[in-house]
Amino acid sequence: MKQFRSFVKKEFHHILRDKRTMFILLGMPIVQIVLFGFALTNEVKNSKIAILDQSNDVSTLALRTELAASRYFDIERDLHSYKGIEEAFQSGKIRLAVVFPKNFDADLRHFNKAQVQLIADASDPNVATTLVNYATAIIMDYQDRITHDRRLPYTINTELRMLYNPQLKGAYSFVPGVMAMVLMLVCTMMTAITVVREKEMGTMEVMLVSPVKPMKIVMAKAVPYLLLSMINITSILLLSVFVLDVPIRGNLLLLIGESVLFTLTCLAFGLLISSSTASQQTAMFISLTGMFLPTVMLSGFMFPIENMPLPLRILSNIVPAKWFYYIVKEVMIKGLGFAAVWKETLVLTGMMLVLLTMSVKRFKIRLA
Amino acid sequence: MNNNIAIKAESLTKKFGDFTAVDGISFEVQKGEIFGFLGANGAGKTTAMRMLCGLSMPTSGKATVAGFDVYRQNEQIKRNIGYMSQKFSLYEDLTVKENIRFYAGIYGKSDAFIKEKTAWLIDQLHLGTEANKLVKSLPLGWKQKLAFSVAIFHEPQIVFLDEPTGGVDPVTRREFWSMIYDAAESGITVFVTTHYMDEAEYCNRVSIMVDGRIDALGTPAQLKQSFGAQSMDEVFLKLARKAVRSAD
Amino acid sequence: MRTLKFLLQKEFRQIFRDPAIIRIIFIMPMVQLIVLPWAADYEVKNIHLSVVDHDHSAYSRQLVSKITASGYFRLESYTSSFAEAMEAVEQDAADLVLEIPGGFERNLVKEDEAGLFIAVNAINGVKANLGAGYLRSIIQDYNREVRTEWVQFPRFSPELQIEVTASNWFNPLLNYKYFMVPGILVILVTMVGAFLASLNIVREKEIGTIEQINVTPVKKHHFILGKLIPFWILGLVVLLLGLLLARCFYGIIPAGSLLVIFGFAAMYLLAVLGLGLLISTYTVNQQQAMLLSFFLMMVFILLSGLYTSIESMPGWAQAITKINPVSYFIDVMRMVVLKGSGFRDIVPHMLTMLGFAVVLNTWAVVHYKKRS
Repeated sequence: MKQFRSFVKKEFHHILRDKRTMFILLGMPIVQIVLFGFALTNEVKNSKIAILDQSNDVSTLALRTELAASRYFDIERDLHSYKGIEEAFQSGKIRLAVVFPKNFDADLRHFNKAQVQLIADASDPNVATTLVNYATAIIMDYQDRITHDRRLPYTINTELRMLYNPQLKGAYSFVPGVMAMVLMLVCTMMTAITVVREKEMGTMEVMLVSPVKPMKIVMAKAVPYLLLSMINITSILLLSVFVLDVPIRGNLLLLIGESVLFTLTCLAFGLLISSSTASQQTAMFISLTGMFLPTVMLSGFMFPIENMPLPLRILSNIVPAKWFYYIVKEVMIKGLGFAAVWKETLVLTGMMLVLLTMSVKRFKIRLA
Repeated sequence: MNNNIAIKAESLTKKFGDFTAVDGISFEVQKGEIFGFLGANGAGKTTAMRMLCGLSMPTSGKATVAGFDVYRQNEQIKRNIGYMSQKFSLYEDLTVKENIRFYAGIYGKSDAFIKEKTAWLIDQLHLGTEANKLVKSLPLGWKQKLAFSVAIFHEPQIVFLDEPTGGVDPVTRREFWSMIYDAAESGITVFVTTHYMDEAEYCNRVSIMVDGRIDALGTPAQLKQSFGAQSMDEVFLKLARKAVRSAD
Repeated sequence: MRTLKFLLQKEFRQIFRDPAIIRIIFIMPMVQLIVLPWAADYEVKNIHLSVVDHDHSAYSRQLVSKITASGYFRLESYTSSFAEAMEAVEQDAADLVLEIPGGFERNLVKEDEAGLFIAVNAINGVKANLGAGYLRSIIQDYNREVRTEWVQFPRFSPELQIEVTASNWFNPLLNYKYFMVPGILVILVTMVGAFLASLNIVREKEIGTIEQINVTPVKKHHFILGKLIPFWILGLVVLLLGLLLARCFYGIIPAGSLLVIFGFAAMYLLAVLGLGLLISTYTVNQQQAMLLSFFLMMVFILLSGLYTSIESMPGWAQAITKINPVSYFIDVMRMVVLKGSGFRDIVPHMLTMLGFAVVLNTWAVVHYKKRS
């Protein structure tokens, strides 16, 4: 045990002395949280729109004011002809054009019916659909208001409730994803690289000829990263609660326990990589392509898994981050208990055990 | 100024922060001379040489190389010197011929000159069958000989060699030195660092650096005499014991 | 000029002899352009719906079948228990719950009014918003059908009505890949330009050949040009290959002129090559260069508008996107490829890129020292 402690101490010295790596390890989660939390929102707001008003009457003016007042739209310019619409789309950042035909107010008054045409720049299909929905809702609200709350016959009223995330904040889906990504980077890549570095420099051999059991040496390398990960989890959680206003609805202990489980899985994977590679660059490359890319692509946090073709959907099941992402979402955001995530926990535990056994085996083979 | 002087240094100094790597060295190298620059690892040989080649800016002191000032005229210096660094400096993923052509080309040699001299050189080095092979496939000794030939291909006045024979077998080392003699005979001044003391015996004059200073300077015979030593090895050991700086 | 010729000859020989580079240039674009757009599909479809029907009437069944017929929704469960439906939401099996209260049909017919309740899992804001939007518009349609069934409207509607018609230009089928592919292409070109070039220079530092060059009379700008020109050409080749792949696999044919795309790309590559050069002057080995590149690339991609729109970002983030060259090229690509914008439309982008190119390259050249 005493030997083990001195090895762990040595590893800490290595990490603390390398300022640049420390900076990246502890700074990365903060930068990511800030970027994801603040800069990357999936909400659509302040979209620039153009208006082609061929009537210029009381009603169009009123509708125009309604649109301008909404936080979704900024009226960027007025157009004077249909031809101008295409030009506006092509040259600028206009996302939506609202067209009022001639005699809008008169039609509304005499025939009780008038038309508004919405033309969306659908290069980004989701934004286009969202904007059309928003604009339609604003126009409908206006219509309801001028009909003085006289109800149509046979009306279905829909009541809508947004669960878990009523303000539709992007951070709610990003925070669990960032947690998975950061833990993956720190534990897998860094563990793999430090072990391989010792191999590259030949110091591994020196330690292996010492009377300490090889597994202990490797474990000693993993311990500091486990602790670093705990620091990172803490800083991510603190940032998300106090800076991003993403609450922890479920049991904190459960959340931390699950994070430790995931961290161990990543460490095991890092050790496995290190036992099968010889150079730092290869270790880095394998960590990036084998771990980081699948985590980003197939965990469901950036890209919706259900939209992917079948082979990718099947593949996503062997990505540990997918299961961790699901667990964090359930526990942290939805506030569910262990009963809701026991299956996923089991899967993750299984993965951890398999990876750990594999890396221990490989280590023994190499040393034999 | 004496026209026979190829390199002249006066109190040349280089500091990295608090650390004085080269501490006020002064010496002269005659044209056509083979000048040995000796010292333990970390004594400051490479730093001194890099200043003379215009790769490193001196902190203080004066130096001229081929009559040009190292502070202001380092681009003119570069036109007149060849350099072979400690690290192998040819491109391993280019062939022998391509390396020669590349380096000769960036020294501004004409195509006719390059063509003619390349053929001659490949013949000299007996590289006929390897001329179109990648340099990385050559054994180390051949690589070093090729690197030296490339360093003097453009016919410089002075060639700087930084531990050119490191890791090379004794036979190749002897061949290498005979190439150095040929170069000196053709009028090229040779400035060479080494820590093989038998090689020091081949030089016309040697200087020995300890802790950034030149502690001894003269012909090998003079040095042996003044230190009462049988070989350059002994001279070197006597001086090196005084060193306080540990080897890197 | 003669020196430059020799430098270029050497660079091209080395590049074409390096299997890693060949792989990066030909395989990477293939894989990224063929796999990534399938994964990065944000199109909202296959929304899982749980229906809680307390009414079990003809109307409630009609409504549900109208919803499922729309193609946007998949009926996950059809129960009479709200708790059961909520459980499906908790397990991520359902994204939306539609509750039809008891007496829905009766209230609608007799009382002229009936209510429905929709609960949405809003952790993914976009999906929640769009899903709810689709569902509401289907319900509105249904409402209109019911109304016409019961009321014979006179020629002019008795109630005031504003009709909204919407049309989607440039991408009428709302194909998400049209949106992503040009963006991914930009990332590819950037990687080749900035990062291959910086790694290449740092590699010469690491193996020491750069010192050999530094003792030769080669001028600083010749050496740098010798490094930049090959990667500038490679960047354009990757772009060409990418556009061909986009055409073959996704049927994306630029609406605008290829000349405009390549004209801008030529300027853009100058800027990112300057960036790569800068990275190489601030790092000493390939690993550092890789870490720094990785970090920069992450920030650049996240703040480029590739996934999320820039105008929704807070002010400080928008300020960063202004100094992010990637965001300009993505913008230009989408404008020209999808909307057919012409040269006049991208003049501001072009000028900004010229500014980047001048600043970055000057900075890098000044910082690159032949003598330490």
